[in-house]
Amino acid sequence: MLYRDAGQFKDTYAADQQIFPIRQDRIGITLVLLFAFLVVPVIGNQYWLSAILIPFLISALAALGLNILTGYAGQLSLGTAAFMAVGAFAAYNFVLRVPGMPILVSFVLAGIMAALVGIVFGLPSLRIKGFYLAVATLAAQFFVVWALTKFGWFSNFSSSGVISAQTVVILGYPFDTPVRKYLMVLTIVVLMALAAKNMVRSSIGRAWMAVRDMDVAAGVIGIRLMHTKLLAFAVSSFYCGVAGALYAYGYIGTVEPEAFNLDLSFRVLFMIIIGGVGSILGSFFGAAFITFLPILLNTYAEPFAQAIGLQLPAGMVSNLELIIFGALIIFFLIVEPLGLARMWQIAKEKMRLWPFPH
Amino acid sequence: MNWQFFLEVLVGGLLAGVMYSLVALGFVLIYKASGVFNFAQGAMVFFAALTFVSLVERGFGFWVAFLITFGAMVVFGVATERVVLRPLVNQPPITLFMATIGLTFVLEGLSQLLWGSQPHGLELGIEDMPLEWLSQNAGINVSQFDLFAALVAGILVSGLALFFQKTRIGRALRAVADDHQAALAVGIPLQQIWAIVWTVAGFVALVSGLLWGARNGVQFSLTFTALKALPVLILGGFESVAGAIVGGLIIGASEKLAEIYIPEFLNAPLTEAMGVSVNLAGLEIWFPYALALAFLLIRPEGLFGEKHIDRV
Repeated sequence: MLYRDAGQFKDTYAADQQIFPIRQDRIGITLVLLFAFLVVPVIGNQYWLSAILIPFLISALAALGLNILTGYAGQLSLGTAAFMAVGAFAAYNFVLRVPGMPILVSFVLAGIMAALVGIVFGLPSLRIKGFYLAVATLAAQFFVVWALTKFGWFSNFSSSGVISAQTVVILGYPFDTPVRKYLMVLTIVVLMALAAKNMVRSSIGRAWMAVRDMDVAAGVIGIRLMHTKLLAFAVSSFYCGVAGALYAYGYIGTVEPEAFNLDLSFRVLFMIIIGGVGSILGSFFGAAFITFLPILLNTYAEPFAQAIGLQLPAGMVSNLELIIFGALIIFFLIVEPLGLARMWQIAKEKMRLWPFPH
Repeated sequence: MNWQFFLEVLVGGLLAGVMYSLVALGFVLIYKASGVFNFAQGAMVFFAALTFVSLVERGFGFWVAFLITFGAMVVFGVATERVVLRPLVNQPPITLFMATIGLTFVLEGLSQLLWGSQPHGLELGIEDMPLEWLSQNAGINVSQFDLFAALVAGILVSGLALFFQKTRIGRALRAVADDHQAALAVGIPLQQIWAIVWTVAGFVALVSGLLWGARNGVQFSLTFTALKALPVLILGGFESVAGAIVGGLIIGASEKLAEIYIPEFLNAPLTEAMGVSVNLAGLEIWFPYALALAFLLIRPEGLFGEKHIDRV
């Protein structure tokens, strides 16, 4: 009843091509954005902002990057964390070594550095496919972390290899409290998500999807495979790189190369599986799920066990968490291989008719 | 250059490569029969080794513990087929791959939940000592244990080869590997075959778990053996048992040689050229991947992998 699009006529090309063609979607997204920008900073306490919402947004951005590569262009990658690491360390070095470098420009440059590294490690995708490529991207993962640890220049010769992100100052305004950091991260993530949403419905996005579905066929109809695949690697790595820079500047503050290990790559991969492969919104769903689930398990496993009279030994919670995590992934794949985003879509289809049967 | 030392490193690398091959073999078996890239192989190695060592520590004899662990792997294999694979029939390979990552988490959590997470030592009765005869006559130190591991791997591979070539089940396995639908059409029970193949892979995981566990101790890092086996896998080709062996030998030997000689020969010139001190030590983490990658650029399907022809 509420979600009817009957009577919404598109009588101009502009109206036909807008991002959210249904009025209720537009209202919904506006409300969500207003809530995120205006209400959350007021009601959110420090714990919620800096331990939950900021990591959620950063993960969502990284997931978005991986989703562009894996979900849209069909190139399976296990090296996401490496590109994030490149972004984080590049931003640090640009701010450190170039005097007067504006922080936002350094984020962009960090993204570009990550994109260049992404192109280099994307080159094998022109020759090899599928799982061979996935294993090849592991080379990126191990090499980048090794190089960042091994060569002191990247961490300004700090003895522990840890870098401390400089304070973020944009136009003389310091972003040092959780609320301000949250707003900075939120703004960047929203803008980049909108850009991604537009990109995947443009000719670039359609080329990516054609390559994903069958690259030989895509080549036959005149899509330049090399250009398209490398562009996917570049854009994806750009997103991951900016996510990495935000990880250092907006979230942790001090990072070591080891923080960007294979586990992180897998976490981001899970986000897109659970959220929905090939969906922008799905990246956010997945990031929310993967960020909130461990917190929920940690918070509620203990009281629940005590309520049913079990005493959980230390260490058991983390193992249970692993099991539940793995089981949920399998469960999601079996029930809905296309993820939460697909469920959301089905719900919307249902809502169009509800409460009437036809 | 010291040739004896070079030979020693080479042989040590080849024997280490055999250990990689063992893990890679588990991957190949499952990939051949079901087209699933089973990321959980490393977790299976860990689970098998941990179960075995915990049983031994609780007073079971070697063979009893071995049989019980094998039983557990059978249950695991059948359960995986029933719970994970059967509902996912006809899904794209990437979905199945991700399901096995989920399986990895379940198995890792389960084994530590059952047996605790402290590391264990494992004694197989073979000491990790240089073989005296060789070190006296040729001046080369080759570990007795590594030779034993190579022998076990050899027996296992020949056994599997016989099993694949000569038995009825083996023929059915090869048929399924060739074409699922054709195999179904001639009446081969696909699900049974998958359960068998996961069981065999579980057996391979058990053997490699024992050898790796005796070598490095039974601890969580055993799961990373899977990461060691991946370059072997792409170098040798996903579908080939022979490829797993040859790939393992190449990766093992070149990894050990690179670990010793690349920093030795390149550190000084690079330091001079770049003006800052360069230390390439620790490159064995990524070197096998880079090697396999370079190799793939020339032969995209690996050494012995099947050549796929894309048709539109």
